[in-house]
Amino acid sequence: MRIFDLSTKIFCALLVAAVSFLSLGVLTPTSSFFHVEPYTALIIGKYLCYAILALSIDLVWGYLGILSLGHGAFFALGGYAFGMYLMRQIGAKSVYAASDLPDFMIFIGWDKLPWYWLGSHSFWFSCLLVLLAPGLLGLAFGWTAFRSRVSGVYFSIISQALTYALMLAFYLNNLGFGGNNGFTDFKTILGFDLRSNNMIGALLAISGLVLLLSYLLCRYLAVSRLGLVLVAIRDNEPRVPFAGYRVETVKLFIFTLSAMMAGLAGALYLPQVGIINPSLFAPVFSVEMVVCVALGGRGTLYGAVFGAIMVNLCKSTLTSAYPMAWPFVLGGLFVAVAVFLPQGLAGLFFPQGESKLKRAWSSLFGLKSPSPDLDLDWEPDDQELDDEAEPSSNHLSKASLAGPKAGRA
Amino acid sequence: MPKPLKKSRPLAGLLLPSLFFLVLLAWASPWAKAQEGPGPGLELSDGPARPAGLTQAVIESLVSSKVNDRDLAIAALAQDQSEAATELLRALLEGGLMTQRASQGLYLASPEGGYRELISGQPLGDLGGLNLRKVGINNRQRESLVSIINNRTLVSPDLAVRRRAAAALVASKSLDPELIRELLSKESDGQVIRSYQKILAIETLGREGAPEEEVLTALNFLGDNLTPEARESMRAYAESENPALAAAAQGAMARQDHQLQHLAFFETIFFGLSLGSVLVLIGIGLAITFGVMGVINMAHGEMVMLGAYTVWALQSLLPGQAGLALILAVPVSFVVTGLVGAILELSIIRYLYSRPLETLLATYGVSLVLQQAVKIFISSNNRSVETPQFMSGLLHLSDHLTVTYSRLYIIGFCLVVFLMINLVMKRTRLGLEVRAVTQNRAMAQAMGVNSKRVDTLTFVLGSGVAGMAGVALSQLTNVGPNLGQSYIVDSFMVVVFGGVGNLWGTFLGGLIIGMANKFMEPINGAIMAKILIMVGIILFIQRHPSGLFPQKGRAASL
Amino acid sequence: MASRPCLEKPLPVNPGLPKNFSDYVNRTNQDDLPPPILNWETKRERRQKYVLFLEDISVSFDGFKALDNLTLYLNEGELRCVIGPNGAGKTTMMDVITGHTRPDSGEAFFGENLNLLDKDEVFIAQSGICRKFQKPSVFESITTIQNLELAMKANKTVFGTLKAKLSQADREYLASLLELVRLTERADQLAGSLSHGQKQWLEIGMLLVQKPKILLLDEPVAGMTPQEIERTTELLKNLEGQHSIILVEHDMEFVRSIAKIVTVLHQGSVLAEGDINYISSHPEVIEAYLGGAQ
Repeated sequence: MRIFDLSTKIFCALLVAAVSFLSLGVLTPTSSFFHVEPYTALIIGKYLCYAILALSIDLVWGYLGILSLGHGAFFALGGYAFGMYLMRQIGAKSVYAASDLPDFMIFIGWDKLPWYWLGSHSFWFSCLLVLLAPGLLGLAFGWTAFRSRVSGVYFSIISQALTYALMLAFYLNNLGFGGNNGFTDFKTILGFDLRSNNMIGALLAISGLVLLLSYLLCRYLAVSRLGLVLVAIRDNEPRVPFAGYRVETVKLFIFTLSAMMAGLAGALYLPQVGIINPSLFAPVFSVEMVVCVALGGRGTLYGAVFGAIMVNLCKSTLTSAYPMAWPFVLGGLFVAVAVFLPQGLAGLFFPQGESKLKRAWSSLFGLKSPSPDLDLDWEPDDQELDDEAEPSSNHLSKASLAGPKAGRA
Repeated sequence: MPKPLKKSRPLAGLLLPSLFFLVLLAWASPWAKAQEGPGPGLELSDGPARPAGLTQAVIESLVSSKVNDRDLAIAALAQDQSEAATELLRALLEGGLMTQRASQGLYLASPEGGYRELISGQPLGDLGGLNLRKVGINNRQRESLVSIINNRTLVSPDLAVRRRAAAALVASKSLDPELIRELLSKESDGQVIRSYQKILAIETLGREGAPEEEVLTALNFLGDNLTPEARESMRAYAESENPALAAAAQGAMARQDHQLQHLAFFETIFFGLSLGSVLVLIGIGLAITFGVMGVINMAHGEMVMLGAYTVWALQSLLPGQAGLALILAVPVSFVVTGLVGAILELSIIRYLYSRPLETLLATYGVSLVLQQAVKIFISSNNRSVETPQFMSGLLHLSDHLTVTYSRLYIIGFCLVVFLMINLVMKRTRLGLEVRAVTQNRAMAQAMGVNSKRVDTLTFVLGSGVAGMAGVALSQLTNVGPNLGQSYIVDSFMVVVFGGVGNLWGTFLGGLIIGMANKFMEPINGAIMAKILIMVGIILFIQRHPSGLFPQKGRAASL
Repeated sequence: MASRPCLEKPLPVNPGLPKNFSDYVNRTNQDDLPPPILNWETKRERRQKYVLFLEDISVSFDGFKALDNLTLYLNEGELRCVIGPNGAGKTTMMDVITGHTRPDSGEAFFGENLNLLDKDEVFIAQSGICRKFQKPSVFESITTIQNLELAMKANKTVFGTLKAKLSQADREYLASLLELVRLTERADQLAGSLSHGQKQWLEIGMLLVQKPKILLLDEPVAGMTPQEIERTTELLKNLEGQHSIILVEHDMEFVRSIAKIVTVLHQGSVLAEGDINYISSHPEVIEAYLGGAQ
């Protein structure tokens, strides 16, 4: 298959090398040259989780053209689902050692677990829930949205409303998820200490592995014929049913898959960060992740990963150095990406997508280019083409409304 | 060849709002002058003049540690018929008179909270070091104080004082019914008479062995009275062994319930209307930019916030003239946020018209920047905005139904703004050009409409209206950097629910959502109501993607 | 909608051709009939006889009758040209056939048993009615050959698509189709970079890989150079007999060069039907085309 093209190979090699170096580094003694501080490993692990979330956003936005401003909700749901297990693991080590209930339930005077906490003591059931909860929400939300052909900015706005509504709900104390404070103070996973170096290294390695698998899954989807259908839907949705594909089903499948991926990322994020509260549902978090994808370059998987890691790296550096400046930088990024870099950094460095990338690498290593005589600057000779050759957005096309001459004048 | 159109002047469209502001100002200025009368400096000496009966001996008896010494003071003050003496007696009765033994100083509790020196009227800043003690009285003195005060206020020639005193009588327990009857026979004001009748009815119900007929009349009377004490007095009779009395009491209570429900219903409608007006005010600007132009302005909430900060800024510039500042803020905020909107449109949005999703992201970035700028250059804390006198207080629609003036003004303001926008859209050159560009940009250009300028002006209009919404909002909530953010999701919901590109849709949508919210709040709690509304709208949009009032044209293809 | 030229001027009632099927039944004077395309049959027999069967289809949008009791039959392997002035209902007819628009009344069958009116676009497309749009609509950010691969007749469920692979036979088939639509050299270029005419051909190719029984072509030669039109004519002539084709076109030269039977639509119903010479001398057709323009 064409899954392992050059960019994928490079990405996988880099990821495997970096993650194994870091996670093994945590295990080495402090005196060792290769030693990595556990704190650093936790931060990197967090970035990898953001990268998975960014991949899931890229899958629906970059390939399917659906801009979801509510993917943080799936991320947070996954986190909460796994958090329930971690809270149960605290068990007798909590402040109220006498009871098996999480502390916050005792605060609000509950004496037994609500029904939706059943099974949360089981690790495997929780893992299943991590996929099921966001998946079912994505399925239900997508089903109602896609069936009635809600698309474009409408979808963005109602997905934002979805995560906003969930945020309000999770702030309620009597929903049974800790209200304002959320879950924190975790101790163990499967009985192993959460703060031991071994565990930190293992969590980092697992995050890396999940990122790798998610990347390959997205890549598999992208190169399959389904990937062609996704791009076709993004470019020209009304035409796709006439080619015999059910647009709603395809969208629903990808959206649900993406929601599950985001949930998985949230579940991995939780033990490494150690706290989850409703602020993850805040619309601004989701939008920030969308900007990561946009900055890296949507529609290119490595761009999403790269963007997520870079933006969050900048964020931690800047918020500790100049706490007041970060929102300006972030806001500036939003604007800059939207106005100057619609294809992201990937588009800046490799303007024609993968073929240029291939060529660049090929020339670098003296390999034979797969399509050496591809004429990318070929100018269409037909006058009318100028009208059609608008950017892929099939929404409001100002230039096409303004007539062919307006753009060039 | 079509005849060339006369030179288009979309700026004329902005003339109408300016005219409106001029009228507002003209109306405001005499009022502002009236405000100047008791200027801010006079407030200190505004306290009661020193009562004539307040001799050194009286002061000593008040300061004295022996309670019985107060007799002297009460007797002396009872001779003094001045308003100031009455206030002093009332303070003594209600425990609002404090003393500092060492300096023999007396301090009076102010109705606004805090204390002021009795004689000089100086307000007290810090209470910590003064070691104030309450001037205590015994029960005998209390009773005599009650009768002295009642005698003064219940026969006061001032109707308002009499009404207040009569209403306050209900709370006191030791009342002589004969005295009330006597007062009743002399009274001419209906409201005072009803207060007395209520007291007498409650007294009848509370009396052992009252004749059945009297009790029935009393029950019948109290059935129309919605106060808790009326209900309390009837409760015992509802379980009476006398079936006639029990039935009458139950009937009266049922009548009370019924009226209370009606009252609650009207109150909910009013609250719903006022919340809806806020949503409409915010949504209407969004409906212009999003609906008419197809631009998703995520920084709209920050425009609202800037409008609210304009009020704060003007009030800081014009200290003591909160009302004038508020009215000035309406046009000023329109200009300020309109300018910000113009900068935003010219520098960013102009380049993104064909890409709605990118517009969304870029304006989101702008909203973050604006929020942070306010946090840095003003403060991340909330700023306090004063409510001017004409907006505070209650309007009594009936004995039991009162509405706050601030909410009433906001409903009115919303209506005015909405009508103005409609006029601009329907009656002005700008409105015509906006509608033309909305329906067919290329054709409008061919007819000589400068579509770029129309875009800019439309955006300025939308942003300016957001600023005016901020002025209204400053009277309802805290003015802080996050003010806009907390409303942006709701207002998008309003616009989408109402149908994009339809101003009437936004208007009705906002009112419906406001009403629904207020009607659900008592059932599910405020947050749950909001969540349910949100989920309801999401489901509604998925069933009717183009909202209540679908619109055809450029925006419909979004 | 308001700019439709023919709306104001009421057409004289055409005595030569009935407006709908029931008029056919009620006719007494058989001599007036145009070349007979209809015999006395039951509906079932007609459904068996024709590959596409439309009877008394009416569609109205906001009070405007886009189709008014349209009746049209298509024989197996026939190439039928449909012409008519703007607003005659040509595109609406295609919308009805492909399941995009539900008519207010009437019957539409594909073959004997497939009722087109209770199926959606996807089902109809999968069962073999394929449509080329007026504006060439290919998927611009994938390559030419990927466009064909996408359209190819296959299991088009989500998982079927996910697992789909091109066999050697498939590749050869795609290559032969590329040859047919003369896009072999452009196989690996993005479809967005093709010229207008090439996009039209690619779209025709995308219909052919679906191995359709009926092809609906909406103005396939619009915007083509004379040479391109010539090649397209050649291509379509080759297809005749293998597929049933309905071709909507304004270019009368092209129609003349390709058509055997021409149907003229006017104000939502059939105005005339017959060979090109019959049509071009038909007084009401001339009136319909020129009348509104005066």
